[in-house]
Amino acid sequence: MKIKLTFWRVVFLLIMAMGLYSTFVRYFYGLGAVSNMTDQFPWGLWIGFDCLCGVMLAAGGFCVIGAVYLFNVERLHSVVRPAVLTAFLGYLLFIVGLLFDLGRPWYIWHQLIYMNPHSVMFEVGMCVIAYTTVLFFEFLPNVLERFNLKTPIKWINKIYAVLVVLGILLSTLHQSSLGSLYLIMPSKLHPFWYTPALPFLFFGSAIAVGLAMTIFESTQSAKALGRHLELPVLVELGGALLVALWVNALLRFEDYVHRGMLGQIIKPSYEAYFLWLELTLAFVIPITMLSFKKVRLSPQGLYLASVISLLGFITNRLNVSLTGFETYVGHHYMPKWTEFSVTLMIIAMGFALFGVAVKYLPIFPEEERAVKRSLPSEPEPEVATAVLSHAGD
Amino acid sequence: MSKALLYDATMCIGCKQCEAACAQQNKLPYDDRVAAESVQSEHKYTVVMTKDDKFMRRLCMHCERPACASVCPVGAFHKTKEGPVVYDVWKCIGCRYCMVACAFAQPKYEWGSLNPRVRKCIMCPDRVVAGKQTACAEICPTGATKFGDRDDLIKEAQDRIRDNPSNYQPRIYGLHEVGGTCVLILSGMNVEEYGYPASAKIGDTPMPEYTGRVMEKIPDFIPVWSLVLGGIYWISHRREEVAAAEGGEKNGSKR
Repeated sequence: MKIKLTFWRVVFLLIMAMGLYSTFVRYFYGLGAVSNMTDQFPWGLWIGFDCLCGVMLAAGGFCVIGAVYLFNVERLHSVVRPAVLTAFLGYLLFIVGLLFDLGRPWYIWHQLIYMNPHSVMFEVGMCVIAYTTVLFFEFLPNVLERFNLKTPIKWINKIYAVLVVLGILLSTLHQSSLGSLYLIMPSKLHPFWYTPALPFLFFGSAIAVGLAMTIFESTQSAKALGRHLELPVLVELGGALLVALWVNALLRFEDYVHRGMLGQIIKPSYEAYFLWLELTLAFVIPITMLSFKKVRLSPQGLYLASVISLLGFITNRLNVSLTGFETYVGHHYMPKWTEFSVTLMIIAMGFALFGVAVKYLPIFPEEERAVKRSLPSEPEPEVATAVLSHAGD
Repeated sequence: MSKALLYDATMCIGCKQCEAACAQQNKLPYDDRVAAESVQSEHKYTVVMTKDDKFMRRLCMHCERPACASVCPVGAFHKTKEGPVVYDVWKCIGCRYCMVACAFAQPKYEWGSLNPRVRKCIMCPDRVVAGKQTACAEICPTGATKFGDRDDLIKEAQDRIRDNPSNYQPRIYGLHEVGGTCVLILSGMNVEEYGYPASAKIGDTPMPEYTGRVMEKIPDFIPVWSLVLGGIYWISHRREEVAAAEGGEKNGSKR
């Protein structure tokens, strides 16, 4: 069998090579050698992006499951499987990311025996373990169907109601708790981002991101698999995204009004520039775009609006975890290239695994799977230019 | 009753013997080069800083309600009844939440190690339990660092300010900050000038309360939210069954 070297495969191999080198540095020379983290900046890119953004970007699973199974939005049924797959991969990769970031990853199982119920991190950890298990069972029917194992599928269908409720409950808890992590740092985190409302804002943005991410991955996989896009599904998601963005924007606005911050956020400052970038990408541009019916009915328009809002919410998480601490610390943190390369490697693994899964498992309805195949090691979502250049596809 | 340290900057002569005693007690390297370092690190738990012929010491504050202990997912930190906030390295998974959460930025990390530990002053717990002073207090030639019961030391500090008001800023740093600490500081200058966080900024609220307000709601939230979700599921699927029984098309409702 001959494997053709396409452009994206070369990029994928390069990313994997750099990532493996950084992995070697990480485990043979330590965190100090592989990262620019210091005593002043103990949490860097791996927490800010791999953990906070990773979990947020995997929110599509519970959003779509909730819409379909709780609220009977039947039209979204065809995206349940890809959304569950994305979420499952997202959480697995989040755990991979943790293995890089934890100083003593070989003791990660201590979480299960030395419990501290007062710790937000403990709660996040337990929820992630439990939710990954739930996602495993939600994902399992794909594999069982592939091998035509009917009996276990029946068992899973019997407990599906429990899986649905449990999945959404656990998601509510840990998506919001990722925000609660920062509640204990009122004197460190910049007031633009420190607010007692952090858990609500994190949960609200997870829903918007879940919808945007589902639009993003449906479009991407349709392109990669040569599938025809189900426009009604995207339109439904786009409408919901517009509502979610408005709710989030109002929550943010209300929070700033309530804390009397409006005067400060419009004054130019280092933090204000990052805040403006975040709000423009997350709210102003996508809400404006989606307000036009023409955009809401066009696959390209929906894709572009989703990607821009995703970039906005990624900026938000990075602002909370990195930008917001720079004034307190007194200097800037810029991740080392090896930190970036590990993050890129994890994202590339996500795309590759997604590609393999949709190729070999019945993720998309059979009749719609075309003969055309490809391994979609697509551009990384946080690289704006790379993604935007594909927006018209 | 909890033990504490009172550091009186006006009595400190900057001899750095506390640094050396601390290093010896904790089996850390100490030489002229380490002595010259003016910041705390994984090999320097306490530091004596100099500014305009005035000195100031920094070390873990041993909060009455420590943030590090409340945030640690595996409970690797805990407050002992004698006062010291101690660290059980064998539990630690290396998440570094303690470092991010500490208002005084005290926990430091062994970034160069392959099995890194969090490092900070642990207030010589073995000595304290045995009824002895901490190493730094024992060696201090002027009594600038004094070990004793927290309540006694507070009284003494108040007396010193009252007897010599021109020498001191009229406050004991650590008396109320983040709910009180077991290291109390008296100074002629503002401690903030030496990198201590401003009292107004960190406030008097114990840090664990900021997350506790949310965490304490979770035990109630879980059953209520499960019931709500389960209820919605039941209703929407009941509707489906009814619709199926009537042979009609069911109507999907939207969030």
